[in-house]
Amino acid sequence: MTVIIAFLTVLGAVAVWWLSRQRLAAKPWLEASPAGSFPDREAVAWPAAKLGLCMFLAVAGSLFAVLISAYSLRMRAADWSSLPGTGLLWINTWLLVLSSLALQWAVVAVQRRDTTRAAAGLGVGGVSALLFLGGQLLVWRQLNAGGFYAESHPASAFFYLITAIHGLHLAGGMLALGRVGARVSMADGDAENVRLSVELCALYWHFLLVVWLLVCGILVLGPWAEWLYAICFGT
Amino acid sequence: MVDVTREFQDIERAEPEDVELYHPHSWITKYVFSQDAKVIAIQYSVTAMAIGMVALVLSWLMRLQLGFPGYFTFIDPATYYQFITMHGMIMVIYLLTALFLGGFGNYLIPLMLGARDMVFPYLNMLSYWIYLLAVLVLVASFFTPGGPTGAGWTLYPPQVILSGTPGQESGVFLMLVSLVLFIVGFTMGGLNYVVTVLQARTRGMTLMRMPLTIWGIFTATVLALLAFPALFVACIMLLLDRALGTSFFMPTLVEMGQTLSYGGGSPILFQHLFWFFGHPEVYIVALPAFGIVSDLISTHARKNIFGYRMMVWAIVAIGGLSFIVWAHHMYVSGMHPMFGFFFATTTLIIAVPTAIKVYNWVLTLWRGDIHLTVPMLFAIGFIITFLNGGLTGLFLGNVVVDVPLSDTMFVVAHFHMVMGVAPILAIFGAIYHWYPKITGRMLDEAMGQIHFWVTFLGAYAIFFPMHYLGLMGVPRRYHELGEMAFVPPSAEELNAFITVVALIVGFAQLVFLFNLVWSLFRGREAGGNPWRATTLEWQTPTTPPPHGNWGKELPVVYRWAYDYSVPGAAEDFVPQNQPAPAGAAE
Repeated sequence: MTVIIAFLTVLGAVAVWWLSRQRLAAKPWLEASPAGSFPDREAVAWPAAKLGLCMFLAVAGSLFAVLISAYSLRMRAADWSSLPGTGLLWINTWLLVLSSLALQWAVVAVQRRDTTRAAAGLGVGGVSALLFLGGQLLVWRQLNAGGFYAESHPASAFFYLITAIHGLHLAGGMLALGRVGARVSMADGDAENVRLSVELCALYWHFLLVVWLLVCGILVLGPWAEWLYAICFGT
Repeated sequence: MVDVTREFQDIERAEPEDVELYHPHSWITKYVFSQDAKVIAIQYSVTAMAIGMVALVLSWLMRLQLGFPGYFTFIDPATYYQFITMHGMIMVIYLLTALFLGGFGNYLIPLMLGARDMVFPYLNMLSYWIYLLAVLVLVASFFTPGGPTGAGWTLYPPQVILSGTPGQESGVFLMLVSLVLFIVGFTMGGLNYVVTVLQARTRGMTLMRMPLTIWGIFTATVLALLAFPALFVACIMLLLDRALGTSFFMPTLVEMGQTLSYGGGSPILFQHLFWFFGHPEVYIVALPAFGIVSDLISTHARKNIFGYRMMVWAIVAIGGLSFIVWAHHMYVSGMHPMFGFFFATTTLIIAVPTAIKVYNWVLTLWRGDIHLTVPMLFAIGFIITFLNGGLTGLFLGNVVVDVPLSDTMFVVAHFHMVMGVAPILAIFGAIYHWYPKITGRMLDEAMGQIHFWVTFLGAYAIFFPMHYLGLMGVPRRYHELGEMAFVPPSAEELNAFITVVALIVGFAQLVFLFNLVWSLFRGREAGGNPWRATTLEWQTPTTPPPHGNWGKELPVVYRWAYDYSVPGAAEDFVPQNQPAPAGAAE
């Protein structure tokens, strides 16, 4: 459970940092204010949708942290054997990187009020994300053909589970991306309206990319990276 | 550059901005598929109480079997385990979690913070309907072949999916699917509550002016958002083990002389995942209760809450600590003794902020102008009960005490006191307190007094003797004790006594339900602020609060939530939206 504890520690540190700026040492019983006078507003200055998405990312992050925790707990058992790596995963990883870059490009474009380029960026991002999902299915088929079924092997069961959950998150993101893409292409140069949506899409994509890099690293390079694990946790 | 935009936005936002509300156009969108947090709150509460009644009846059936073994032939071991499982799961998840966060959270967060509604109303509506679906899926398991799962509410593998465990055919599917749905629905609601607290507070409502109820609900929601993923993962993996034959949790097993196809899974992994959610869950239920009780006590003792800052810090500290105590539920799982030592230490540490809260409640009552109204009775009942349950928690938190006691009725008594009775008392207190705001009418006082005294004394008559049974060694989870040399006949008689009291306490809840319905039509008109309370929800222009809560102008907050019996003030309470007299020293 080290991974989830570490993840929550990071979140906790952010929470403590934020709380420390909220005057929690105030003595509210002494601080009634006269009419028209207000303490500095403390609300988070982000738009609600952005804050909501960040909260959701914290939830999704703890979901993946729990999955990785479970995986590493299981990996330490004596009878563990890992999956063979497959070259296709590298291609998929690059596709997801491309997708993330394209969305970042769309963000830059929309910040420069260029909705045509933003739409193009979203399009490229969407297509490469779709290709990534297709590639993941191919990886599944390769594994299946190699005799690694979900029920035959703990490592392959975890692989199917984690890639499926990651893929479902990406597929859910595709729905949002489709809607945003439609809005951007109909925005007719009115970038302000769609700017936030594009930014949020990109944020979600970057999050899923980071999760994928971690997950893929652990799933594929897990045994290979054991020396790193040993240094970190001394086991 | 970021800072510049932030400051700019701050200046812009210093005016209390108003939000675009959605407006219902038909009866359906106003009362059924409503996006108004108050309606959703009532939908959540009614659903939770309805399913809670099912769980109450299940507890009766269990008690009948324990008190009078052999008389009720329709309760065989399989059905008995099904009753245990469903009772536990319903009470913890579908009643307590849903009622505190979905019910009170939805009703109180916007009103107490001076907001018009939640920030994502559509998501909020979706949250309720998915919750309802989860409840229906759970109830459906009563009607499937083989019935609901009987694996115990902790659903430990491998037994949960082995043949011989009741509900192994389909009940366990429905249970796991229902939990997954619940978590999805809750996450939608939970994101709402957190973002609303962070962003939609009205002007002047600083964090340290928030009522403790909001602090409790807010922190509990954060805990739930971060802890439920562990249960989510555990449920999905268990579902796959059952449905696809994967071996996440299933070791190599021989069943009836046949080796099963499972192999290589770790049952302990499930326990870690389950309790990584399960322990924060205790505080997901307790923290809102803490907050609510703080507000009830302060209001009905006409005195400011003692140590407000310390109360806030304690809530936050408990929230943080609750994530590193989970393995104290697993002392008997065969883990390394040093591991147990670590978790025993953290368990005792979490008692410190909790004790601070209890001291502060008592010191708030000290020399207060205590009005023994029904909400106040329930609040005091909560403090006593939580203290009792908490003290036995200190016993069980120690490995050497826990190991011999962990399979006895002592544990049942402990967690019912601390996590069953105490939060339910807080819920009742809260309902008696806020019902006048929700409906505009008071609940009947006489019926309320009967309800309180029977419930409170009855709960003690049920659970105090149970500690004693546990110390004698009477095991829990047993359908029938049979002949056990160390269990004297007096234990059987005590069991019969407990059962009779449990039936009486259960019927007392009918008085409460009758009161809820009767007072809706016949209750005394409450007026806007019957308890003369300071918090914003009592200052709405009309009662019950209309759609949008505040009429034309949002309220503005000038002081904290506990200005009771302020020296020199005209009345013994000063509402949060009343400014300090001009020129007064700060």
